[in-house]
Amino acid sequence: MMHFNRLQGGYQGQAVTPIVTGELAAGSMTALIGANGTGKSTLLKTIAGLLPPIAGTCELKISPKALGWLPQRSELETRFPLTVYELVAMGCWPRCGWFGGINRAMRQEIDAALDAVQMRDFADAQPSMLSGGQLQRVLFARLMLQQSKVWLLDEPFNGIDTQTVTLLMSILEQQQQAGTTLLVVLHDRPLVARYFNDVLSLDDADSAQTPLLRRVAS
Amino acid sequence: MTLIQPFIEFGFMRRALVACVALALSATPLGVFLSLRRMSLVGDALSHAVLPGAAIGYLVSGLSLVAMGIGGLIAGLAVALLSGAVSRYTPLKEDASFSGFYLGSLALGVTLVSLRGSSVDLLHVLFGSLLAVDNAAIMLVGGIAAFTLLMLAVIFRPLVIDAFDPDFLRAQGKWSAPIVHGIFLMLVVLNLVAGFQVLGTLMSVGLMMLPATSARFWSRHLACMLGIAMVLAMIAAVVGLILSWHFSLPAGPAVVLSAAVLFLLSVLTGPCGGLLRRR
Repeated sequence: MMHFNRLQGGYQGQAVTPIVTGELAAGSMTALIGANGTGKSTLLKTIAGLLPPIAGTCELKISPKALGWLPQRSELETRFPLTVYELVAMGCWPRCGWFGGINRAMRQEIDAALDAVQMRDFADAQPSMLSGGQLQRVLFARLMLQQSKVWLLDEPFNGIDTQTVTLLMSILEQQQQAGTTLLVVLHDRPLVARYFNDVLSLDDADSAQTPLLRRVAS
Repeated sequence: MTLIQPFIEFGFMRRALVACVALALSATPLGVFLSLRRMSLVGDALSHAVLPGAAIGYLVSGLSLVAMGIGGLIAGLAVALLSGAVSRYTPLKEDASFSGFYLGSLALGVTLVSLRGSSVDLLHVLFGSLLAVDNAAIMLVGGIAAFTLLMLAVIFRPLVIDAFDPDFLRAQGKWSAPIVHGIFLMLVVLNLVAGFQVLGTLMSVGLMMLPATSARFWSRHLACMLGIAMVLAMIAAVVGLILSWHFSLPAGPAVVLSAAVLFLLSVLTGPCGGLLRRR
């Protein structure tokens, strides 16, 4: 699905991440772990195409529109005058673009996604009224609408209660069974051990690596 | 009746009102988006950046609205593009690079105007002359207002997405976000040029930002906020013009002062977070 050739991410010519080589197999679910400052988020942003790589290449076998990207929550403008329903409807963007309408089938999809994350009752609420866990569920609903082939998630379970984590993990597993490729930045080791078969660690001392995708140098 | 008497009796009051209403319709929605994107002060910076271009237009062809307008447009866009590029390719944040460029631009503008003009001309450029708006200026302001509303309709969806979650739009494709951002900044500069014909470079941001920030206290829905901002700006225009007529106040500052009073009222009594509504 994605091929990395000695990929290294960073800012303004300064390398932040180790060099990573290998591929993200279609339909795989990989956890990206590492201590603070090892460049997990930077690597994910580089893969998402939000940052140019410092070195190496990242080949994508799908169009960038088929990428689902979930940033860390702090980067969102939650006080924006928008309803939860409209936020989820943003997920139609890859299909609607600038001018396309949102038809009845898509509206049913929006309702179904809100049901799946148990947020249907909050459709008319505003993001600023939601708790962290509720907002994250809404963002997952938006991702589902995007019908992406690849999901890149940056610390999706940061500061979120166990019940919500279980709900969101079940959605991730359903997505994987439906053929979606997942790369998830996490720091909760027990959670990684419980749910993820493939792990890529950016820590030098850590041996947790997938055979397909690995760190080759720091 | 005496309140609207000046508009019935005098053509220059009618033209001033038309110009203000056109500005209220097109500049305030831009102000709403500027404040939602936490770029309120960028509007201020851009309004100052317009000055050297307008000054060069003035030096070349006197008090010609078209020449000053075109000059202002070029100078405003140049500052917007340069600051955008600097914040993109260096560690400097957008607000810092904007302030760097607009301060230089403002100083250059004032220097250029003083080179040949008198202090009266400088006052005219800085504060506008709302009561001296002629038909050519009305056509220009009206044309810019119509074009702005049309373009806003075209970019509305990506503009909202970009304001709420810029990373989302950037991850969805390379071009949508910069195109929308570019068109948006161009519209802001266009409206500041339209505004400075009427209210002057120092005052034009007032009618753009004050009603827009006030609207936040009256609604939590974007569409309502846009409508309320327009209505507040129109109220400020009518009230300001009437006050300036009856109390012989300078018209531009009177309009912006009315908008400022509406802003204070909104902060105090607005149902969405107003200070006096809080329990």
